[in-house]
Amino acid sequence: MPRLSYRRALTRALADEMTRDESVFLLGEDIRVAAAGVTTGLLKRFGPDRVLDTPLSEQAFTSFATGAALAGARPVIEFQIPSLLFLVFEQIVNHAHKFPLMTGGQCAVPVTYLVPGSGSRTGWAGQHSDHPYSLFAHVGVTTVVPATPADAYGLLVSAIRCDDPVVVFAPAGALDVRADVTDFAPVPLGRGVVRRPGTDVTVVAVGHLVHDALAVADELAGQVSVEVFDPRTLYPFDWDGLLDSVSRTGRLVVVDDSNRSCGIAGEIIATVVERVPLAAPPHRVTRPDGAVLPFAPALDRAVQPGRDQLTAAIQLTCKDG
Amino acid sequence: MTGPDPVGLYRTVRLIRRFEERAIELVDAGEIVGGIHPYLGQEGVAAGVCAALRVADLVTGTHRGHGHVLAKGADPARMLAELCGRVTGLNRGRGGSMHAADFGVGVLGANAIVGAAGAILTGAVWARRRRGDDVVGATFFGDGAVNEGMLLEAFNLAALWRVPVLFVCENNGYATTMPVEGAVAGTIAGRAAAFGMPAATVDGQDPEKVREVSAAAVARMCAGGGPELVEARTYRFDAHHTFEHRVRLDYRPPEEVAAARRRDPVLIQGDRLPAAVRAAIDAEVEATLAAAVDFALAGPAPDPATALDHLYASGLTARTGGG
Repeated sequence: MPRLSYRRALTRALADEMTRDESVFLLGEDIRVAAAGVTTGLLKRFGPDRVLDTPLSEQAFTSFATGAALAGARPVIEFQIPSLLFLVFEQIVNHAHKFPLMTGGQCAVPVTYLVPGSGSRTGWAGQHSDHPYSLFAHVGVTTVVPATPADAYGLLVSAIRCDDPVVVFAPAGALDVRADVTDFAPVPLGRGVVRRPGTDVTVVAVGHLVHDALAVADELAGQVSVEVFDPRTLYPFDWDGLLDSVSRTGRLVVVDDSNRSCGIAGEIIATVVERVPLAAPPHRVTRPDGAVLPFAPALDRAVQPGRDQLTAAIQLTCKDG
Repeated sequence: MTGPDPVGLYRTVRLIRRFEERAIELVDAGEIVGGIHPYLGQEGVAAGVCAALRVADLVTGTHRGHGHVLAKGADPARMLAELCGRVTGLNRGRGGSMHAADFGVGVLGANAIVGAAGAILTGAVWARRRRGDDVVGATFFGDGAVNEGMLLEAFNLAALWRVPVLFVCENNGYATTMPVEGAVAGTIAGRAAAFGMPAATVDGQDPEKVREVSAAAVARMCAGGGPELVEARTYRFDAHHTFEHRVRLDYRPPEEVAAARRRDPVLIQGDRLPAAVRAAIDAEVEATLAAAVDFALAGPAPDPATALDHLYASGLTARTGGG
């Protein structure tokens, strides 16, 4: 069986949903030629009416998608760089997200915002390396960060079928992950998964960091039994699944590639300590407050959460108490 | 599309006028919390444009939106109930004055972010036509919005993809307190020329002229001509927002307001009708609004326990903030 790449899993999800549902269409910059490698072959298969190359007009085409959704379509927008979400934050948060409530339930806004290549792409410097998923979780827009090819497929399918706006962050660090995928099935939004069972500490890892957490868990296998929890969806969050894990392990570390202040790691820790007594203080590994990724590779890496930091945080938590 | 209909146009401008006057009374009485952006003086624009549309055609508008919603055919009683924050309102009390929507008559929601509604309407009309529906749309915005990038991007998309959207600029001379001369470089119609869109400037105080220009534009759009812009020169007789009734901002010469009030769309259209016809419509509108006020005030306030109902169309429920 060919091993499927994460990127190709996204392509397959788009193709399957476009085949299944005529109301699904794609729009974005350079998607006819599949500049990001996600929409490869889709123009030929579905035509220019369903694979729309847009001018560089992020605000307008994001609201265009809102309008199309109000009229019964299911648009999927592909953003070529994550910081474009800063440009269209207003259009997503203030319009797409608010319309159902403001109209008293007269409408739904089923738009999917797909961001392949989110986070550091190494050497793309300050304005192309953001990973702003915590912002969307904060405002209550459904926020998905798949870590594996099967989840990339299944979560994108569920995002497209969801009646609400959904942002799908596909981290640059996960795009080339390959795996055998035997079951192409939707993955429910809001449900996390234990990637690796353990008994001493629960590590919550977001997106591509799941793979780092698994590697660290392997390295520490002789000393500490690490359970790795992949939330998959950051909003809504699978609190029940996580609390079940932490109730068993009694310790918590979160590794998250967003900024520290008001990042999802802080929310995860706050919610857990509200609900479960811990055997030791929890720890988090994140980007620094206010992080801007510097260009030089060594500096870029220095700002991202690393395996060494994660290892240290696990050891610290397990030493305390 | 309807033909010229002097009686219908008068009924619409009169309805909007009296709706606004009654709404201001309810603001003063404390029944409408948060105030309103009065449309007084601009009635001819909404009436004229919407007379050129069918019920199935789509409309988006602005925070100064009561006229658009009423002209498109929404029930004045449910509209007023919405302003009063009642569950019987168009939006079940969740939208209020600035977000009134009635999808049943093609009103996809008034928008309180200046310049935001144009791209939304463009996408909605595009999607409906792709599905095979023969609809067009009209989106209303003020003179301030022509300086917003989002709207100019929408001009480009609509023109590029030949989406039949009538961009209606209600140039009332002021963006809140900023006079148009101090804000717009070039001209408003010139904005359209840059995108290859036909544009017309029309006397917004004359409902029949607005209807005529809009109907011609709609006919060309239906024939595949792509979007058009109409700049309706108008004037708001009252404040930007009713908060001005208290704070008395000084930005318009009183003689300018007085002169503008002499070109009243209700009088201009009313003068075209026999006095008896006009009196009958006036009485009909009074009765409609009396019933609307009764309906609005009789509606129950929403249950606080339902404050987050409709937040998610998918049925997702949010965590609460307390405890």
